[in-house]
Amino acid sequence: MKQISTLDYLKMNGWNKFLYNLKCFFCAIPGHLLNLLKKIGRFFKKFGLAVWANLKDLWLTFKNGRWQTKLSFLIMGFGSIWYGQPLRGVLFLLFEIVFVLYMGMAGAHWLSKFDNLGDSAGYKVDTEWGETWVNGDDSFKILMYGLLTIIFIIALVYTWRLQIKQCRINEEIMASGKKVKSTKDDLKSLLDNQYHKTLLALPLTGIAVFTVFPIIFMILVAFTNYDASHDGRGVLFTWQGLQNFGEIINFSSGDSVVSMAFGEILVWTLIWAFFATFTNYFLGMFVAMMINKKGIQFKKGFRTILVMTIAIPQFISLLYISNMFSETGFVSKVLQDLGILSENLHLFDDKANPHLTRAWIIIVNIWIGIPYLMLIATGILMNIPADLYESAKIDGASGVQQFGKITLPYMLFVTGPYLLTSFTGNLNNFNVIYLLTGGTPTNSSLSGASGSVGYTDILITWLFKITQGTDSKYYLASVVGIMIFIVVSVISLIVYNVMPSNRNEGDFS
Amino acid sequence: MTDTKKYLIEIETPDGVLVTSEQHELANTKYSADIELPEGYAVSEDGAVEQPVERTETEEPLAENKRNHLGLKVSRTITNTIIHIVLIVMSIIWLFPFVCIVFESFRVESTGQVNYIFPKQWGLDNYINLFTNTNFPRWFLNTFVLGLAVAVIQTIIVLAMSYVLSRIRFNGRKGLMNIMLVLGMFPGFLTLILLYKLLSGWGLTASGGLFGLMLVYTASSGMGYYVSKGYFDTIPKSLDEAARVDGATRAQVMFKVILPMAKPIVIYTVLMGFMAPWGDFVLAKYISHYDEAGMNVAVGLQNLIATNANKSANYTTFCAGGVVVAIPITILFMCLQKYYVEGVTGGAVKG
Repeated sequence: MKQISTLDYLKMNGWNKFLYNLKCFFCAIPGHLLNLLKKIGRFFKKFGLAVWANLKDLWLTFKNGRWQTKLSFLIMGFGSIWYGQPLRGVLFLLFEIVFVLYMGMAGAHWLSKFDNLGDSAGYKVDTEWGETWVNGDDSFKILMYGLLTIIFIIALVYTWRLQIKQCRINEEIMASGKKVKSTKDDLKSLLDNQYHKTLLALPLTGIAVFTVFPIIFMILVAFTNYDASHDGRGVLFTWQGLQNFGEIINFSSGDSVVSMAFGEILVWTLIWAFFATFTNYFLGMFVAMMINKKGIQFKKGFRTILVMTIAIPQFISLLYISNMFSETGFVSKVLQDLGILSENLHLFDDKANPHLTRAWIIIVNIWIGIPYLMLIATGILMNIPADLYESAKIDGASGVQQFGKITLPYMLFVTGPYLLTSFTGNLNNFNVIYLLTGGTPTNSSLSGASGSVGYTDILITWLFKITQGTDSKYYLASVVGIMIFIVVSVISLIVYNVMPSNRNEGDFS
Repeated sequence: MTDTKKYLIEIETPDGVLVTSEQHELANTKYSADIELPEGYAVSEDGAVEQPVERTETEEPLAENKRNHLGLKVSRTITNTIIHIVLIVMSIIWLFPFVCIVFESFRVESTGQVNYIFPKQWGLDNYINLFTNTNFPRWFLNTFVLGLAVAVIQTIIVLAMSYVLSRIRFNGRKGLMNIMLVLGMFPGFLTLILLYKLLSGWGLTASGGLFGLMLVYTASSGMGYYVSKGYFDTIPKSLDEAARVDGATRAQVMFKVILPMAKPIVIYTVLMGFMAPWGDFVLAKYISHYDEAGMNVAVGLQNLIATNANKSANYTTFCAGGVVVAIPITILFMCLQKYYVEGVTGGAVKG
């Protein structure tokens, strides 16, 4: 594709710029893929080299080291204790002891069953004292503790390498006649040069335990057949390979109801996120401009009224509105009294008109979203230099032109990242969908798919429904979760590459 | 104060009125109190001249522009009137559900849904019912304790995380941020299936759900560092360097130099932490698992009207609960609104 000069680029109007960026993005995809392959190749090369260098270093350390260092290969932390860093040494040693105890008592057991997640399920037996449960394998525990053991082993190898490196560094320091860092120095540096480690310790532990570990676990679940009928206790579950992914991406044959459900829900999710984001964005901006306009009175009052709706917890307003529009709700009754409707309002179970419900959700979402955007836009609009408008006015620009040439580009420039996050946030906007309609009206053509799919279900509410009830399919939920991840990351990648903020950085500053 | 030259300056107000005044030459003073503006005109903080609050048809400026000016004025008045009407209608639409909730919460004659707004018989029955016949006091207490705990723990975690990522350069910083970006793209409650099993194994779900919920809310809160990092990024780096040259440790720089300057973002983080449990629905529902003792207000109140039978018996009680929850949260939010705006827009502007 022809590359155009920066000058030509700047001459284009916003729409052409956008098209140009889009074209650039898609033309660049093959190149990116090639780069990615190269990167992967380079990564493995680098990885191999690093392993080789580490092994060489280990050998040299062992060959040239003192006897204390040599002993550290077996007893972790021995060298550190001997060289005058008792705290580090004791911590290393403790880690090793805990590891050995864990492996001996449990780890080896879990790891040995990890390949097929258990052989014999538990079962009930009738004894003279009534029914009792004979414990068998528990696939869930095997999967969990197996994963934990693997992580533990990796951590041990890393720590082992670390303490040997320490020994070597200490040897070098002593050889040059200096003193090694004492425990006191170590503790002091945690508040100074190593301060980031102190600060990050708590947050990262939390993220590792409550986010990273569960995510890895759930990715593994996507490759098993874990569901309500294979609960891992009475009936074991086991590895399935890529079968589950085949079930959901099977568009071509068209007979799999799960893949059809996935396709339909995905399309509606994207439509929903698009409308929810952009209607809110433009209408919110519009309202902010109206309130900001010269000559409007009670500016503060209008703003306060709108902001108040942000403050009130969403579940109250959403549940209330949902009930207001329900079959026996306020709106239904009033419309019947006025003679507009002859029967109850069927917004949530009208299978003939699911689009009405969909449109209604988007409209209610506008009601929710405008105050946020108004709040954000007000601050940004006030920051636009007034002289831009002055000179535009002198040049005879109309209000619409001023909006198109000054306000909108400025807003898009500043709020580009916000737009992206709010789009991905709407893809996963559980609260609005679940509290307003709960996914209804039910889509009877997809009744074979797990979790009673409805017309207004988005991927995240579907995921939630799959895990609830007696026919919960955890493996399917995991696959859907991974799909959501793929959708979100692809969209983020595209938008990030096309966003004007990337290229014209500094246009306004 | 020595040089007191006087200058004659002219300012055009938005209406095209020329205001003439003398101004003392003081370095960089904006036209402020020195100028005598026509009655009703005001000067806003940033120095711009605002229009009068009461529009008075007094002096018409420059005669040759008179007709043109009048035309403009008429059309502007019309647009402004339309905008006023639109805004008023909007305000009514936005307030309508909340006004309804308040009225319904005072309705005595029926507990279900009705087709009128104003109660026929006013009374506090629903509130009494809420506090005596339901577990609402327990839910309220649960949520309040959760709010306090989350506010404290989350603030510590988020501030630590964002401070490090914003102001300290260390090996693996970029990698860490990328990893967290990728982690954030996984849907949050995918992890709940495992967490629920773990927590229920430790007895931290259902009636013990309070502590479990607290763990779930706060443990991963480090991933929401973006807004406060954006704020820290705006504080000049030279301050750190100056303090470091003077011999302060990094910890001292944080606590004595930077944090005192970052008051808005600290308050914003505390506010967000405190308010999160009041609105959260899905996590609380999952963890409390139909046990009323472990619910927060959202799940508890939703539970009151979960089925149609319950709805006709408890609808007004639900409204009363909504009012009791909404009032303190709304007041808190309105008081701290300034910090909220600063936090949100600071993050948005910085990206």
